[in-house]
Amino acid sequence: MGGGRYSFLSLAKNALSGHKNWQPAIRHPEPKARYDAVIIGGGGHGLATAYYLAKLHGMKNIAVLERGWIGGGNTGRNTTIVRSNYLLEPNAHFYEHSLKLWEGLSADLNFNVMFSQRSVINTCHTPGEVEATMRRYNAMRLNGIDAEFLSADELKRRVPDINLGRDGSMRWPIMCAVSQPRGGVARHDAVAWGYARGADSLGVDILQNCEVTGFKRGSDGALQGVETSRGYIETPKAGVAVAGHSGHVMAMADIRLPIESHLLQAFVSEPVKPFLDVVVSTGALHFYISQTDKGEVLLGGGLDGYNSYSQRGTIPNIEEVTEAAVEMFPNISRLKWMRQWAGVMDMTMDGSPIIGKTPVQGLYLDGGWCYGGFKATPGSGWCFAHTIAHDEPHELNAAFTLDRFGRSAVIDEKGAGPYAKAH
Amino acid sequence: MMLIPCPHCGPRPETEFVYGGDANVKRPDPAAPDAEWTDYIYFRDNPKGAHRELWLHAAGCHSWLTVERDTVTHAIGSVSYTKDSGE
Ligand SMILES: Cc1cc2nc3c(=O)[nH]c(=O)nc-3n(C[C@H](O)[C@H](O)[C@H](O)COP(=O)(O)OP(=O)(O)OC[C@H]3O[C@@H](n4cnc5c(N)ncnc54)[C@H](O)[C@@H]3O)c2cc1C
Ligand SMILES: [Zn+2]
Repeated sequence: MGGGRYSFLSLAKNALSGHKNWQPAIRHPEPKARYDAVIIGGGGHGLATAYYLAKLHGMKNIAVLERGWIGGGNTGRNTTIVRSNYLLEPNAHFYEHSLKLWEGLSADLNFNVMFSQRSVINTCHTPGEVEATMRRYNAMRLNGIDAEFLSADELKRRVPDINLGRDGSMRWPIMCAVSQPRGGVARHDAVAWGYARGADSLGVDILQNCEVTGFKRGSDGALQGVETSRGYIETPKAGVAVAGHSGHVMAMADIRLPIESHLLQAFVSEPVKPFLDVVVSTGALHFYISQTDKGEVLLGGGLDGYNSYSQRGTIPNIEEVTEAAVEMFPNISRLKWMRQWAGVMDMTMDGSPIIGKTPVQGLYLDGGWCYGGFKATPGSGWCFAHTIAHDEPHELNAAFTLDRFGRSAVIDEKGAGPYAKAH
Repeated sequence: MMLIPCPHCGPRPETEFVYGGDANVKRPDPAAPDAEWTDYIYFRDNPKGAHRELWLHAAGCHSWLTVERDTVTHAIGSVSYTKDSGE
C-alpha cells in the first residue's frame, strides 16, 4: 500500500516521530509510451475500475488519465447518498451489489471511507406517491433488499425535527415514509483517494493534469491509442469514465450518445449541533437533506434543467430547494448558506447508466450516471473492470448496454419517457 | 439567473421559460427506418460550447423560440421565433 499499510501501529509510530515520516499515498509518475489499458477520468468510477482491473483481473500495466486532479469532478461535488432502493431488476441487482461492496470497502482498501449506514428515508406526500413507493419497497423485499415502511408518527419519532405539515403548514403534508436502513452516506474524497492509493500500490499509474484530446484508430477501426495533453499513449483498450463529459469525449471517436449534460447543485449551511442522524429525501418536494460530520446541513434538489457544462448552477434552483427544505425542517430557516456548487450530470434518456462496449473495438464506456452515480462507484468499477478485461459485460451490467436504446430495451425506473431532464 | 431576450417581450428571467432541448433534432418521416427514429428520440450531440436549443416562453407570449446559447458560459447569442426557422 502507498505509504505502507495504515494500522494502529503505524499511527502510533508516526505519532511518536512527530508525524514527520508519513509517505505520500500515491506516486506521480511520468506517462509510459504504452499501456495494456487506460482509464479516462480519475473520478471514483475510473479509479475503482483501475483498482479492480489490477486486483481482480491481473492487469497491472494500466493508467488512469485525469484532466485535472483526482476526485475533482462529480465525485468531489456530490451529496454522498448511498442506497439500493430500485424497482427494476437490472438496477436492483446492480446497486445492491454495489452496496455490498460499500459494506466491506474501508477494510478492503485499508482506508477509512467513513461509510455510515444511517438509513435513507423517503417521505410520501400524495396517494399516488404512496402507492408507487410501496410497490417499489415491496419489490426490494422480494429481491432480498432491506426496506421498511414508516407511518407518519413513526417517522416523527425517528426524525423529531421534521414537520409533518398536519397543521396546514405544508401544501402537501407527509402521509408516510419508507426507509432503507442499510443506506447512508460516505466521505466522497476518501473514496477517490482510497481507490487511488489501492490502485497505485498495485502498480497502476495515476496521471493527473493529463487530458485526453483524441483517439487514434487503425484501418480496421479498432483503437490504437489516445492523444493526451502529456503526449501520445499507445493502448489497445480505453475505458471512458468521464461523467458529464461523456458526450464530449465520445464525440472524439465519432460516437453520439443518448445523453444530455445538465447541472446539479448542492449547498451547505454554517455548522450546527447534531439534529439529523439520517438522510431524508422527498420526490414530491424535490430535495434531500443530511447533516455532515462537521455539522453543516447539506442539501440538494433537482437539475437546473437545461444543457450546461458550467459547473456553477443558478439562483432559481437554490430558492426552490431552500423553500421546500424550510417547509419540512422549519428549524433551519435562520441558518446561512455557507457554500454552493454544481456538477455536470451525464443524464441518459432512460435515467439508467451505460456500462459496456461501444461500436469502436477496444473503446468502452461507463457513463450516464445521472445524479445517482456516487453510490454506484464500487459496483460500477467492479463491472467496468470485468467488461474491459473480458471484452464482454458481467451479468450484473449486461442490461446496461449502449444499444438498448435501439432495441426498445430501455431501463426507465420512473417511467418518465425519453427526456434526459425528467429522470 | 439567465435573461433570455424574447423578440416579443424583451429580456425575461429564465424562470418564465420551459426548456425544449436540442433544436437540431428533426422528426423523421413516419416510414423512415427504425435507426432514424432511435436517433431522433434518444441521441443528441450534447456539445460543450455553442448549442441551438428550444425554449417556450410559457409565462409570457407563449412563443417557441430558437436560442443559440453557450453551454459553458451561458452567454446567449441569437434568438428567433422557431416558426420562422422553417423547421
Ligand atoms: C451536486 C451533486 C449531488 C450528487 N448527489 C449524489 C448522491 O447523493 N448520491 C449519488 O449516488 N450520486 C450523487 N451525485 C452523482 C455522482 O456524484 C456522480 O454520478 C459520480 O460521482 C460520478 O463519478 P465519476 O467517477 O463517473 O465522475 P467524476 O467524479 O465527475 O469523474 C470524471 C472525471 O473525468 C475527468 N475528465 C473529463 N474529461 C476528461 C478528458 N478529456 N480527459 C481526462 N479526464 C477527463 C474529469 O476531470 C473528472 O475528474 C451527485 C452529483 C452532484 C453534482
Ligand atoms: Zn415572450
